[in-house]
Amino acid sequence: MNVTEIQTIEHDVLVIGAGGAGLRAAIECSAQGLDTGVISKSLLGKAHTVMAEGGMAAALGNVNPNDNWKVHFRDTMRGGKFLNVWRMAELHAKQAPSRVNELEEWGAVFDRTKDGLINQRNFGGHRYPRLAHVGDRTGLELIRSLQDHGVHQGIDFHMECTCLGLLLDGGRIAGACAYWRDTGRFVVFRAQAVIMATGGAGRAWRVTSNSWEYTGDGLAMAYDVGAELMDVEFTQFHPTGMVWPPSVRGTLVTEGVRGEGGILLNSEGKRFMFNYIPERFAAETADTEAEALEWLNGKEGARRPPELLTRDVVARAIKAEVEAGRGSPKGGAFLDIASRRDPDFIKRKLPSMYHQFKELAEVDITKEPMQVGPTLHYFMGGIRVDAETQMTTVPGLFACGECAAGLHGANRLGGNSLSDLIVFGKLAGTGAAQYIRGLTQSPKADAAQIEGIFRAATSLLNRESGENPYLLHEELQELMGRHVGIVRTGKELEEGIEKLTQLKERVANVKAHGASQYNPGWHEALSLGPMLIVSEAVARAAHLREESRGAHTRIDFEGEQDEWLKYNVVIKRGAGGELLVDKVERSAPPQYLADIARAKIEDLEAGKVGADAPED
Amino acid sequence: MAKRTFKIWRGNETDGNFESYSTDVSEGMVVLDVLHQLQAEQTPDLAIRWNCKAGKCGSCSMEINGRPRLACMTRMNSFEPDTTVTVQPLKTFPVIKDLVCDVSWNYEQNKRIPPFKPKPKGKDGRLRMYQEDVDRVQEFRKCIECFLCQDVCHVLRDRGAKDRFIGPRFMIRVAGLEMNPLDDDDRVPELKHEYGSGLCNITRCCTEVCPEHIGITDNGIIPLKERVVDRYYDPLAMIGRKLMGIKVRTKPRSSETEPRGSRPQPRGSATGPRGSRGE
Repeated sequence: MNVTEIQTIEHDVLVIGAGGAGLRAAIECSAQGLDTGVISKSLLGKAHTVMAEGGMAAALGNVNPNDNWKVHFRDTMRGGKFLNVWRMAELHAKQAPSRVNELEEWGAVFDRTKDGLINQRNFGGHRYPRLAHVGDRTGLELIRSLQDHGVHQGIDFHMECTCLGLLLDGGRIAGACAYWRDTGRFVVFRAQAVIMATGGAGRAWRVTSNSWEYTGDGLAMAYDVGAELMDVEFTQFHPTGMVWPPSVRGTLVTEGVRGEGGILLNSEGKRFMFNYIPERFAAETADTEAEALEWLNGKEGARRPPELLTRDVVARAIKAEVEAGRGSPKGGAFLDIASRRDPDFIKRKLPSMYHQFKELAEVDITKEPMQVGPTLHYFMGGIRVDAETQMTTVPGLFACGECAAGLHGANRLGGNSLSDLIVFGKLAGTGAAQYIRGLTQSPKADAAQIEGIFRAATSLLNRESGENPYLLHEELQELMGRHVGIVRTGKELEEGIEKLTQLKERVANVKAHGASQYNPGWHEALSLGPMLIVSEAVARAAHLREESRGAHTRIDFEGEQDEWLKYNVVIKRGAGGELLVDKVERSAPPQYLADIARAKIEDLEAGKVGADAPED
Repeated sequence: MAKRTFKIWRGNETDGNFESYSTDVSEGMVVLDVLHQLQAEQTPDLAIRWNCKAGKCGSCSMEINGRPRLACMTRMNSFEPDTTVTVQPLKTFPVIKDLVCDVSWNYEQNKRIPPFKPKPKGKDGRLRMYQEDVDRVQEFRKCIECFLCQDVCHVLRDRGAKDRFIGPRFMIRVAGLEMNPLDDDDRVPELKHEYGSGLCNITRCCTEVCPEHIGITDNGIIPLKERVVDRYYDPLAMIGRKLMGIKVRTKPRSSETEPRGSRPQPRGSATGPRGSRGE
């Protein structure tokens, strides 16, 4: 292999991933005067961001003027069980409104309030109507607005291009190696900084709302060059995925259904969520159906229905009902909006859901209830970054969006993901620009690194025989669902880790048939490596964290342990290539943030707490 | 569970042919499930493009029994039990491999459309518009860019006029801007001079295949054509313009004196499949 003959493209900064975070980062890089390239595994505008339905959380105060960043911050910390990186949750709550308004200036057309402003809807864990939305296709609106704005910003978009590995020069980022999916040819990107915006790794589980792209590439590539991963034990199971038909099992049913009044019922017709209200939320949750209805009708002072408790609570409740024999015929719970809202309202507010059930399950949601169950939806954890700059522990490598850790802590509130993308996408762009301006010379990767990455990729095609990548992937999904699922035990995790080790040996001998040109078998085989790294990281982190917090539930260690609130679980690659897992002590927050997060809501709103907080 | 037979087009841009496959189909399966099953069990390198598998991203566009469809939204039980299901790539775009086409032409068209240009903010520093004014625009913005309408458009498909007509997808995109109450640009001259709005002869095929059920023709293209006619062919307006300098238009144009085609071309590129690959 002669490296000089391989196509080479140079940029100041390379963004990997073209979902909401990657596009927002690229726009910022370009605005900062950087020569910016974006590579994406799919065509532009197809990233998984399009699947986000409910909305993006920002304390605009358009619907309820009492909303402000402090309340949003408090909700986010409580949702994350106080494990969030304090500064990230603060920056997010403060900057989300500007980022949402900016989208409108770039052409996004949100649903409106009566007086012509961006409308906001209720969502689980958010005290006030806070989610800017467009029906139930907010993610599409976000990605299309960024895409249509972005193509006029002088950014080079390299579509259907998959990254294989990162390049270093003396510990600094120097670019990345990739291949064009359509031709199978290799390409080297030389860059002074790389921004990871690759999303999560849900495809390692069978029942997931994630598309094929979610194979943890960003986490694995960052890990491979020495970056740290954090909080990966916190994998969010969204409570409402489709459970039938089998081929769409896991496909998301937006929380917006519950936000608009949908209720959960078991096979006995009982509204079971009233039985699962955790102590911590009891004061703010309705305990009768009458009060829940009053809240829905907008009565001042009425408390929220229990269906809008945080996702971990609702997901475990559905699982418990099914296990107690009170599940729906297809093994989930009933989600009913038909008896709560008239058909026109449902079709107007939830058009994609109406469409999705009608076409995929032959269910008319204006007439009958849906059947839903938990689905692996989101990675709270990911690449560890600095809160201000989004730089990882590797100089020149940045991360934003779902692939970065910190904002969401132990669990993410619905609606905080889309706002995460645009807030931290922009900050990653600023961080990368600042870093590049401080460089005294351009990093250059040596030929040996490049050769190594490409040889490993070609070897899967060239070997005589080996296992079928599709079937190995299915085994991995089976294993993760069984051993690293919605509830976990030390013993199951240990067995899972053991099985992952065995699977790793088999994956090392995977064989892709055919040529390299647009070959999904080869693409699948290449994605197994990253998925295995992330799977092992999740299993090992979940094993170490001996408590139940947020999305991480250990049956053998019930409840939150104060001791564990002091630590993040951090993962990195050892010198011998082994995966190291460790507890790392968290730094203490500034007093004003601790006060706001722990304040009684009345005190916060009366200005008794948090009045001294800075506004930037 | 029942055995079903399929004819699937295999090949690349220069040649190819239909190959027969048979596999078990179970309850609730869509055509995309069948293709995945064939990949896993029989032909691992069968090229398909897909993402969300829920009709939201518009990646898995192909022609199924002669009709442009999303494979993820085409249920197997919509066919008679003994029919052979024929699957082939979109005809209007060059094939890369098997069921995957080079759709980069569409991304080039999108770039020709100048971006949204917001009106100045109100006195309170905010942008205001009302739900009834954006309902129509939101209909157009439901587009998932599956390009099925582009595939079925006679102007592009049969007449091969890709150099003269931007296609239904981008007419809808322009409609979404032109009818946006906050957009401060005038897009009528481009519709006539650059996007080829006159070439559409309103056969409504695009509307028929739209998986998002957007009223492409009636709600988008026809009103745009009317705006072009009002501007350029209304005799009263023409006389008014010539004699008295009266301008009849739907929205003010800030750069009226700008000669046609002088808009700055953006730097950067969208390298699609088959872009500048340094072959």
